[in-house]
Amino acid sequence: MEYLAETRGALRRFGRFTAVSGVDLTVRPGEILGLLGANGAGKTTLIRLLLGLLPPNEGVVHLFGQAPSISTRRRVGYVPQTLGLYAGLTVQENWDFTAAAFGGTGLPLPGDIAPWRRQLVGRLPLGAQRQVAFAVALSHRPELLVLDEPTSGVGPLGSARLWEGIRQAAGAGAGALVTTHNMEEAEQCDRLLIMVDGKVVAAGTAGDITAGRDVAEVRTADWSRAFALLDDGGFPVQLHGTTLRSGGQPAEISALLSQAGIAAAVASVPANLEEAFVAIVARPAAR
Amino acid sequence: MRWGLRKVTVTRGHTNALADVTVPVDPSGVTVVVGGDGAGKSTCLQVLVGLLQPTKGTVLCPPKEGIGYVPATAGLYADLTVQENLDFAATAYRLAARDYRQRAGELLEQTGLGPARRRLGGQLSGGMQRKLAVAMSLLHAPALLVLDEPTTGVDPVSRAELWRLISAAAAGGTAVAVSTTYVNEAARAALVVLLEGGKTAASGTPAQILDGFPGRLGVLDGAERPAPLSWRRGVAWRVWAPDGALPAGARPVTPDFEDAVVAAALAGQQSAQSAQRSGQKG
Repeated sequence: MEYLAETRGALRRFGRFTAVSGVDLTVRPGEILGLLGANGAGKTTLIRLLLGLLPPNEGVVHLFGQAPSISTRRRVGYVPQTLGLYAGLTVQENWDFTAAAFGGTGLPLPGDIAPWRRQLVGRLPLGAQRQVAFAVALSHRPELLVLDEPTSGVGPLGSARLWEGIRQAAGAGAGALVTTHNMEEAEQCDRLLIMVDGKVVAAGTAGDITAGRDVAEVRTADWSRAFALLDDGGFPVQLHGTTLRSGGQPAEISALLSQAGIAAAVASVPANLEEAFVAIVARPAAR
Repeated sequence: MRWGLRKVTVTRGHTNALADVTVPVDPSGVTVVVGGDGAGKSTCLQVLVGLLQPTKGTVLCPPKEGIGYVPATAGLYADLTVQENLDFAATAYRLAARDYRQRAGELLEQTGLGPARRRLGGQLSGGMQRKLAVAMSLLHAPALLVLDEPTTGVDPVSRAELWRLISAAAAGGTAVAVSTTYVNEAARAALVVLLEGGKTAASGTPAQILDGFPGRLGVLDGAERPAPLSWRRGVAWRVWAPDGALPAGARPVTPDFEDAVVAAALAGQQSAQSAQRSGQKG
């Protein structure tokens, strides 16, 4: 089996609205695929197609080489954004419940969540809850992980720890499909897929996606006036400390600033992933 | 420092929610308070706007009418429309009708919420709700703007729009304090305060925090965690040697801001754990 998950030309409509439109996607064993897109881009519908919760209207959706079903669901570990834990049960009870649902027996709690064994899940801090949800999803040794915003709200150290677990599972041969709004998290993935209006508009490594994309970097003592001028002029402009970065053309920006009598050094610098993403999503004409 | 916290401690029961934390917030600048859940970010901002009294320390803040504050969870009325929410905020701040009309018009345009002005707050997407809440907090042109995790869970396009609003406020002279869990948002601040377990794990400009990275950083491959002071970055491990002695086989790399933040948070966590252990022994 070459792919754990595969869609070819997958299409799903709701009435007249096409939520997913001709999407090709593959996840190989050991590979972490990041799925990016603004809200409403079709990420959640695509995941529901893959989990077998919705059938496609057109195209092919395969999990482990076959149509999604109850038997393929057993081989998937899924962590929704809402975590899917029972807040009123303890960590141990959640663990046992999931084990029973998947037909498993008395596995020991993993070391990192064992100290919280007797605590109610709802009383744990969010980072700990996410760690528990991830451990529970891994408990039946899934071949494919589907993770929706796995580190949202947990901070730099908590994210690093959760990604250790994701990488460890991938190292042992599992594939992972990760949706995220966080570009640091996206950079942890092996490959990325960017969706706009139900279609894939960009795909590749983070390096592929930022390649050839530049932004203008503006350094000036009069940064607050320069910011207001560019912002009013309709340039997408962001403040980094007292440096400005903008997706506009450096020559145009230079001209505008010098007309206003603002002395500034304007340079073209490589775009970061967030800037590349915003440029791709904001300009659907580039499709 | 014009506004902010100086050596503030907040005690709850037997524990310190904040311990000796200093957060300067100056006009025309964005101070970012970064950390995980439970690090003390919200407590910090609540003290700054006067919702919580510190046990010790000094709070410098303008009078109430000079503060704009958006808490992490709400900041708008779900059963009022966008327009009604803005009207309400204007009434609460006793804005003159003419000032209000002009300011609300500008903010509706900046946020792109104009076409949605008749929609109920509760029916907006998460990103639009955050933009509306920030717009409401900016209506009265506050001297100090305080935003608690305005971008958590928000998609990158809405995040860019929110940061444009935040940047525009700073460019207009407002002092801004923002909390976040995202390192790349801290990287764009004029000043960063990293909190871990209620304590300051690092503070300064992003460049100062990076320059202050102690010891050396290496890269190692492998399935198992190579050392306690290590974390995953993509496929490989980052191994941090505060004393400069990298383990055998580690390739030295130049740390970036994200490495510096993770290392400082890790050091903060370790010192808290060892303090706890020695406390238990004693």
